[in-house]
Amino acid sequence: MKVFIDYIRSLFLLELLKGLQLTGRYLCAKKFTIQYPEERAPLSPRFRGLHAQRRYESGEERCIACKLCEATCPALAITIEAAPREDGSRRTTRYEIDLFKCIFCGYCEESCPVDAIVESRTYEYCFENRGENIMTKEQLLAHGDKHEVQLAKDLEAQAPYR
Amino acid sequence: MDLFLDILWIIVKIVAIVLPLMLCVAYYTLAERKVISYMQVRIGPNRVGPRGSLQPIADAMKLMCKEIILPKSANKTLFLIAPMLSIGPALAAWAVFPFDEGVVLADINAGLLYLLALTSIGVYGVIIAGWASNSKYAFLSAVRLGAQVVAYEIAMGFSLVVVLIASGSLNLGEIVMAQQGGWGFLNWFWLPLFPIFIIYFVSGVAETNRAPFDVAEGESEIVAGFHVEYSGMTFAVFFLAEYANMILISALTAIMFLGGWLSPFHGIPVLGALFDWIPGFIWLLLKTLVVAFLFLWFRATFPRYRYDQIMRLGWKIFIPITIVWIVVAGFAVVV
Repeated sequence: MKVFIDYIRSLFLLELLKGLQLTGRYLCAKKFTIQYPEERAPLSPRFRGLHAQRRYESGEERCIACKLCEATCPALAITIEAAPREDGSRRTTRYEIDLFKCIFCGYCEESCPVDAIVESRTYEYCFENRGENIMTKEQLLAHGDKHEVQLAKDLEAQAPYR
Repeated sequence: MDLFLDILWIIVKIVAIVLPLMLCVAYYTLAERKVISYMQVRIGPNRVGPRGSLQPIADAMKLMCKEIILPKSANKTLFLIAPMLSIGPALAAWAVFPFDEGVVLADINAGLLYLLALTSIGVYGVIIAGWASNSKYAFLSAVRLGAQVVAYEIAMGFSLVVVLIASGSLNLGEIVMAQQGGWGFLNWFWLPLFPIFIIYFVSGVAETNRAPFDVAEGESEIVAGFHVEYSGMTFAVFFLAEYANMILISALTAIMFLGGWLSPFHGIPVLGALFDWIPGFIWLLLKTLVVAFLFLWFRATFPRYRYDQIMRLGWKIFIPITIVWIVVAGFAVVV
């Protein structure tokens, strides 16, 4: 009997009408699309984009070549060579991040005792030639100089939770 | 000389039908993308022209500029004939289509029969494409489509037979006039022949192999189906044929079941007089658009049928129901 009733009911296509009703409702719903070049999604202060190296206000670079970031990097993307500078302080002579290897986990940023290496909000970049994937120390510092205000603000926003 | 003028006049009429039709097809593709994206809560194409209104033209330009790749082991002649075979019937079918009372290219008495014949020929284009491509996917798709179209052709033919019994004519114009009456849209065939109306439309969806019956192009199983090997303009022609067929089925549904060019309020006291001045062509266009919108709505809503379910629906549900309705309609007309 139940089978028979189910069969008759199936002829009325009720489930299909329910489905049509659902999509019909979404036809008039507000659209979620963010139209990218004109509109952008909001970013968190913890956003992990392209790397940057920061400086102190005096202009001195923060990095002390402790190599904690190199040690913690799970993708082995960071290469550091260090030597004493003329004034005797310990500095890096080479600090390179291979962006092809980097997985943007943020461990370098977390491990850094002097907040030197950070991940910025920059997520629009590309490479046009081979070798450009390796970010040198100069590039990292220049990128940090460019976004210092934003970087400092983001670090401050995160500070209570670290 | 007279013959020449006659032929010229017919050609002018053909162009007057085919050009707007092609434009409709182009914008139907845009409408599809827009409707589906709106149902998926996104915006859809909106970069080419204001609100994406030039998108179909950009698409057409792109496809025309692309290379037509001929697979090495394909049968070249058949490979190139197939798209033409598939779009030809879709356009030729409009010859007997009445756009308004008496406005028809060929007012022949066997119009319905002509339509049935042409819609069946359309499948040859696909089968030949699948065979000539010399590709596994294309061939499997052609086999699937052949079986599917044969199954649904029968249900479709039978439901048209019911319309034929109810109207007593094979001429499309007379079928529309048979739906005229004192009750406006309640006189049209969709109400007395409601199950047949549904079956005809669903078979039409299956016939044009649209979602949810588009196993012939099931992406996850056979890539793109019969037109995997086609590129550029040859692919565009298949695409045009599919959408022209959809518009044709929508327009035919409007003619057979929704009263063609008749005003839905004709004969109803106040409303009838209010809307009678609108030309029949506008009503026909509106009805066609509503049915065409249903095609898009279905595609956005329903998941694809499993192949055996398609065959079960065609052979074990639609065909028995239509046969019963032929008998019922026969009795209703005779008694």
